[in-house]
Amino acid sequence: MLEALGALRRHPAAPWVGLGVVAAALLALPFALAAAGTTWVRITNLAILFTLLSLGLNIVVGFAGLLDLGYIAFYAVGAYAYALLASPHFGIHWPFWAILPIGAAVAALFGVLIGAPTLKLRGDYLAIVTLGFGEIVRIFLNNLSRPVNITNGPQGIARIDPVRIDGIDFSKTDVFLGLDFSGPIKYYYLLLLVAVAAIFVCLRLQNSRIGRAWEAIREDEVAARAMGIDTTRLKLLAFAMGATFGGVAGGMFSAIQGFVSPESFVLVESIMVVSMVVLGGMGNVWGVILGALLLSYVPEFLRFTVEPLERQLFGRTLIEPEVIRMLIFGFALVLVMGLRPGGLWPSAVRKRELSARDSR
Amino acid sequence: MSALLEAKNVSKRFGGIEALSGVSFSISHGEIFGLIGPNGAGKTTLFNLLTGLAPIDGGSFALDGRSIAGLKPDRVAARGIARTFQNIRLFGNLSALENVMIGRHVRTRAGVLGAVLRNRATRAEEAGIERRAAELLDYVGLGARANEAAGNLPYGDQRRLEIARALATDPLLLALDEPAAGMNASEAAGLRELLERIRRDGTTLFLIEHDMRVVMNVCDRVLVLDYGRRIAEGTPAEVQRDPRVVEAYLGSAVERPQ
Repeated sequence: MLEALGALRRHPAAPWVGLGVVAAALLALPFALAAAGTTWVRITNLAILFTLLSLGLNIVVGFAGLLDLGYIAFYAVGAYAYALLASPHFGIHWPFWAILPIGAAVAALFGVLIGAPTLKLRGDYLAIVTLGFGEIVRIFLNNLSRPVNITNGPQGIARIDPVRIDGIDFSKTDVFLGLDFSGPIKYYYLLLLVAVAAIFVCLRLQNSRIGRAWEAIREDEVAARAMGIDTTRLKLLAFAMGATFGGVAGGMFSAIQGFVSPESFVLVESIMVVSMVVLGGMGNVWGVILGALLLSYVPEFLRFTVEPLERQLFGRTLIEPEVIRMLIFGFALVLVMGLRPGGLWPSAVRKRELSARDSR
Repeated sequence: MSALLEAKNVSKRFGGIEALSGVSFSISHGEIFGLIGPNGAGKTTLFNLLTGLAPIDGGSFALDGRSIAGLKPDRVAARGIARTFQNIRLFGNLSALENVMIGRHVRTRAGVLGAVLRNRATRAEEAGIERRAAELLDYVGLGARANEAAGNLPYGDQRRLEIARALATDPLLLALDEPAAGMNASEAAGLRELLERIRRDGTTLFLIEHDMRVVMNVCDRVLVLDYGRRIAEGTPAEVQRDPRVVEAYLGSAVERPQ
């Protein structure tokens, strides 16, 4: 029986069959989730958005080794770009496919703008400066309502257009092949498509001349420069590529939520994305995805289980679920980083680095 | 033989200390040119100025008649100067092969679009990079260790790997900062052979070295620095007899405490 299984695994078609099974599972997933409640489809969509953000940040932090604590700013830029160009706020209603590249480009521009003054900084100093930049962007969004009302300040921008592609309105339910395609389910497929494209881009970049140059910069910047790598250009490229992912995710977030305000782009969100990257395994695309999914789902799962559990044990809510949730969450993070410093699914290079450090 | 590298009045100050003052020399095509001097003489500083890693305060470098002073390190590498480091600076967590492949960066072109689309030109370029890197590993005798992490290689192999990585940039001038440091006698002999072979294959060598067996056996000419000044230049035999050189290394008879 096991032998037969082994032979099956070695069959040349095995990877394709595996891929087919995963694809089928991902395609069927939203309907299974919808059975448990549309909330879970929404949570999944948010998890995919954070996966996109983590993949983008991983280019900056994992590939090029530049610790960016203000990454959420690019998410904000993408979100506001979409909100301003597809809402009654300015009365502009451009289509989704036109705005998304604009949002991505504007975010990339911000990536370069924020990257340029930080080129000479490394490690902790870079982290602090990028953290400051992230806050600056949020504070601008909060205050750009006077004298000219651009961002509508803390009230945010509401009634943002949903995605409409080819007459399909993503805010309404359609019946197709006897299945109810609700808004969140349609967004799920759109997000899945974007996520697959993002994964593809990340994997291709990593195993390329550009990816190797980033690795060289992360390992030893002086040696990289001496070997003919234009570190200025490549660092800016990393910032711009990472920001692009953030911009795309932001645009989708805007369309899905229909509302954006500066509150969605606070420092904690940046830290969350960094945690996803670090917990999953900096530099490893699959590890980063795992980190993003775990940190998206586990808190939600706890939200639904902590309170009922408390009631069952003590007969009443002893401690606020929110408090326990963060406690468990924080403890889990500490535990994981203590036991697996390279992340849950570390990249081969990180693994080597850590083992080398131990043996020294 | 025409001059490949022409250094004129190269000067560098660190605060009040004159690390290099008005050093001039020229290296001919196909030469192995040595640079020696006691610790703190300014040898590595000269290398850093040459490769653009530190800004030059005065004077100039010209490679094949074109000035390279003030260029960023990556442009200097593109012009054709590659270097190694006294305290080895490999990409320690990457494999030996990857280290050499990174050296090909400056001679290849693929950008983001090429990386993502992986079109025919990019695939051909990638294959070329890998082939050349593997050849260079064989060339320095590390063919069998291609997949080992650079940081895990023995010391002598790390020095050879650094040379392979530098050669991957197709340099006209290869600047080596103490390549024999920490090598035992047989490793140093192997290195001498490698240096001779690199020269035979058309690359000019500029070499900081303390190991006198290496200096005396392979260098055509030697420049001696002391406290940032040029005190002698000539064939190894000439330099060795020069009283100023002896004094720089051993101190003068008068100064020496009895």
